Amino acid sequence: MAHELIPYALFLPLLGFLINGMFGRRLKSEALIGGIGSATVGIGFLIAGWTFVEMLSLAPEERTFIVPVIDWITAGNLSVNISYQADQLSILMMLIVTGVGFLIHIYSIGYMHGDPGIGRFFAYLNLFIFAMLNLILADNFLLMFLGWEGVGLCSYLLIGFWYDRKFEKGTTGDAAKKAFIVNRIGDFGFLIAMFLIFMTFGSLSFQAVFAQASAFPAGSVVITWITIALFLGATGKSAQIPLFVWLPDAMAGPTPVSALIHAATMVTAGIYMIARCSVLFALAPTTMMIVAVVGAATAFFAATIGLVQNDIKKVLAYSTVSQLGYMFLALGVGAFTAGLFHLMTHAFFKALLFLGSGSVIHAMHEEQDIQNMGGLRKYMPITSFTFIIGTIAISGIPPLSGFFSKDEILWKTFSGGHIGLWIIGAVAAVLTAFYMTRLTILTFHGEKRWGEGKHPHESPKTMTYPLIVLAILSVIGGAVGWPAALGGNNALEHWLEPILERANNEMHLIAPGHDPMEYALMAFSVGIAVAGMFLGYTMYLKKKEMPAKLATSWPRLYRTLLNKWYVDQIYEASVVSPIQVGSEKVLWKGVDVGVIDWTVNAIARLFGFISKYARMAQTGVPETYVFVFIVGVVTIIGFLALK
Amino acid sequence: MEFSFLGIGILSWITFLPIVGMVIVLMMPKDQRDAIRWASLTITALQVVLAFILWQNFDKGLAGINTISGMQFVEKASWIDIKSVAWFGRVHIEYLVGIDGLSVTMVMLTALISFVATISSWNIEKSVKGYFALFLLLDTGMMGVFVSLDFFLFYVFWEVMLLPMYFLIGVWGGPRREYAAIKFFLYTLFGSVLMLLAMIALYFSVNVYIDANGSILSVAQAMAQGTEGLEKIYTFNILAMMDPGNFAPDSLLAGVNTAWRYIAYVGLFVGFAIKIPSFPFHTWLPDAHVEAPTPISVILAGVLLKMGTYGLLRISFPIFPDAMHHYAWGLALLGVISMVYGALVAMAQTDFKKLIAYSSVSHMGVVTLGMASMNTQGMTGAVFQMFNHGTITAMLFLIVGVIYDRAHTRGLNDFGGLMNQMPKYSAIMVVAFFAALGLPGLSGFVSEAFSLIGAFQTFQTLTIIAAITIVLTAGYMLWTLQRVFLGSIPEKWKNLTDVNNRELIMLVPLAVIVIFLGIYPSPVLDLMNSSMNHLAGLVQEASTAAMLGVR
Repeated sequence: MAHELIPYALFLPLLGFLINGMFGRRLKSEALIGGIGSATVGIGFLIAGWTFVEMLSLAPEERTFIVPVIDWITAGNLSVNISYQADQLSILMMLIVTGVGFLIHIYSIGYMHGDPGIGRFFAYLNLFIFAMLNLILADNFLLMFLGWEGVGLCSYLLIGFWYDRKFEKGTTGDAAKKAFIVNRIGDFGFLIAMFLIFMTFGSLSFQAVFAQASAFPAGSVVITWITIALFLGATGKSAQIPLFVWLPDAMAGPTPVSALIHAATMVTAGIYMIARCSVLFALAPTTMMIVAVVGAATAFFAATIGLVQNDIKKVLAYSTVSQLGYMFLALGVGAFTAGLFHLMTHAFFKALLFLGSGSVIHAMHEEQDIQNMGGLRKYMPITSFTFIIGTIAISGIPPLSGFFSKDEILWKTFSGGHIGLWIIGAVAAVLTAFYMTRLTILTFHGEKRWGEGKHPHESPKTMTYPLIVLAILSVIGGAVGWPAALGGNNALEHWLEPILERANNEMHLIAPGHDPMEYALMAFSVGIAVAGMFLGYTMYLKKKEMPAKLATSWPRLYRTLLNKWYVDQIYEASVVSPIQVGSEKVLWKGVDVGVIDWTVNAIARLFGFISKYARMAQTGVPETYVFVFIVGVVTIIGFLALK
Repeated sequence: MEFSFLGIGILSWITFLPIVGMVIVLMMPKDQRDAIRWASLTITALQVVLAFILWQNFDKGLAGINTISGMQFVEKASWIDIKSVAWFGRVHIEYLVGIDGLSVTMVMLTALISFVATISSWNIEKSVKGYFALFLLLDTGMMGVFVSLDFFLFYVFWEVMLLPMYFLIGVWGGPRREYAAIKFFLYTLFGSVLMLLAMIALYFSVNVYIDANGSILSVAQAMAQGTEGLEKIYTFNILAMMDPGNFAPDSLLAGVNTAWRYIAYVGLFVGFAIKIPSFPFHTWLPDAHVEAPTPISVILAGVLLKMGTYGLLRISFPIFPDAMHHYAWGLALLGVISMVYGALVAMAQTDFKKLIAYSSVSHMGVVTLGMASMNTQGMTGAVFQMFNHGTITAMLFLIVGVIYDRAHTRGLNDFGGLMNQMPKYSAIMVVAFFAALGLPGLSGFVSEAFSLIGAFQTFQTLTIIAAITIVLTAGYMLWTLQRVFLGSIPEKWKNLTDVNNRELIMLVPLAVIVIFLGIYPSPVLDLMNSSMNHLAGLVQEASTAAMLGVR
């Protein structure tokens, strides 16, 4: 049956990686390289789709398949297999990853046209799909960690893809290195969590661990620490406070990479992981509170930075951080379905927006500053139209997909009694609508602010078709989570229920009902979205002098936002420099050379010193030896005689 | 044993084949450089073949460690037998070799690394004959250490290794070679002296019985069958030393948790710790590595460092489980300090070789921490890490050698942008670097993860501190990668050529092993599983008994 093909969905991209990686330089045809890269992912999508259809034909509780491949590692009582778990949750992720991934592969054929490294590019992209599928389909923590670090590797390779280019104050290499190292801090948490899990449950397999988890009371100390460590992992991969700093820099990579890895799929790994471990998280109310607060804070904080950035990809990057914050907010208040729902819709519209920005950058010959754009609507109608759809979707205007998912998060936050978090979320929603409108207007509307040297044009079909598909998905994607309050059946919630049931029971969420408050909040959500968009429209199209005026009225606030709250500088001064200076000046030159090696050499010198004097006895003069000999003999004889 | 040729067993062949090679090389005219090289390569290639045969015929079910019946490919002969010596009584020293799950991986590693290092020695031009003669002697010494089951024999091989190493660094090394060689020599000799003292103390503490045929019986066996016709002797047999019943009741090292046992353990430990090298006994390593020629660095990092940790597992732990347990926390602490400290100091380096040298200190700390855990996961992880560190670090030093041969500098800040200039080289280097920083899917991850998972069961706080190294290692490894490969290429390096076929032949097999064992580590893990289970059980059991004060 279909699910038995799942390993092939992983191995085909791996094969694509090997082919393009080893022979990419020799394959002259871009179409062939891109074709291999895209086809392997496309087949993966078909397998996912077929498995999904197979699941539909089964009863909800029979929809979990375990597909073993090989015994991986055994040592003592720890044994880990490479085996894949397809269930309602992982198939959802698989459909998103392979589906969006396929579109972005197609898009890349056009975008990377003419780049000498195109073979390498598709090789890395395929390797990413392989690693990501391992992450979401693993049936145990160790294999998940393999995928988890694997996607980090691909992210590293792809951010540094144009390795000889400059990026901001440094090079793309700096950005790539930063991404990997910051992620490693998160991975440290994941690793500690695995240690604790193995020590507590004696296994690393999801099924064994989750089955035993029921024996622990809510608030158990060990579960709390496990979940906190896991969440540290999630903050790294999914760019949350305090580890979000790598994601904006990750924009140094080619734009399709930003769309696929740094918006739609990899960065959602943290959300997926927490949803997968929902049983554990539901038992740790302290962690859940931390997750919710970090999520809400990140959603707000990143949105404020997005308000003033001028690099088209930077705005989208901070927007991604902010939207991921929303998803964590949802998870933290126990609304796992809402978080995953937003993950899905966000994958559609954020991939769309990034690809749209890529189309613009492509047309403007690598120009990324929106202050040097404007009026592009006329030159690239498809890009412009789909980008606007993306903007409306992310802003939360019904009936586009973003409205449903974002509204569900806000409603669940509110109905869960987290009024403070709800207010933060609502403010962030206004900011989102505002900065996205600003971005759209500065890019596509108003008068053109670019020089005569540029000749913007609509992108080729390989690029526009994926845009159109994603635009359609961004419009209709909300249907799967159409809330009961609006006469829908909330299909996604029912679909995921068998996976999340235990966690949901633990969280005691209010059953979906027809609370009049829900309608009020829905209207309010729409209201704030419209308000944000209207504000953006006014400020950047009608009263264009306003932004500059605001910036001069609050210069300190403006500079702080423009410099991203100086977080990078703070980290540099408080963590990076002390380690660098400390390791060189203190540990190496101080301790290693100055103390340890000095002591070793001092001991050697001491012996040299002693022997220098000891060897003076060996004068080489026979008379001296005879004299000493006689003195010795006399002494001994005298000693014996006197005794 | 069926695995013998000309009446000599396979382990003797694999150990002494290089000596045969050395004799052949010495008889060759010294201007026949290529013939000498090919002769040496043939010898080391044969060793690889023998190692392969050992691997294929190794019985994974047998545990070994403290039972001679569990040892495989055993060869035994009376070596020194003096009927009556003043004070000593009868001196009977055996030539006893055999392997179990602990040593088989090290034998394979030694064969592999020696072979690769021989290829890497191809462009040594200074007195080729002398070089390869010493190289082959070194090879015998290393192999001998891993197959010996008699402490005296072990010690002889240990010292045999030392001299060729001294000359290989001191004659064929870099500008400060003499300083580095003498430092290496004195450091190791200091450790050897302590080991010698501990060995002699053990010799005079352990009694066994020998019958007329020269068979050795433990005290318990002798008591069971009656001591008629048996002669009581001292022994260097490592396995006999592991049986508490063989210690003469009034001897120096008898009993459990006695001061003398602790002193002997610490003495042995210092001897081994210098080799590992564990903080704070590591400062010979950066100097030796920087000055040694590339193939010798490869041997040094690939095999020699493993002898320290091997010695701990083969000798210290099973003979002194009580002391091991007593000092386990200290051992783990040294491991953690080595890991973190090594990584931080590596970060400060600008010399490529020095950086790898300090990274070795850090990675060998993982081994120390893993084995201190006293459980199967940790010990398996530790031994697997020994193997993986051998292959990965060998790759790293070969990589430095490749670039040094071309550019004649190892300054990390001199390079940049080599990715496009040397694409094959870059691909291999990416594999090696990511393996070194423990990326899942490559072999280093499996062993590090297991060492740490094991260690966490015993030492939570220490292991959490140790785990910080994964961030630090990523830091210095990626920074190095960036300084060499990324960015724009300096004008002067635009004529550098990519790796040639000879270099590919030595690098690619290692890369394949690193990737293969990352995805499918069972072929090596399965070899050691039962031995490590047994060793962990032995240490735990003995240390529990020691804690309860029973014998």
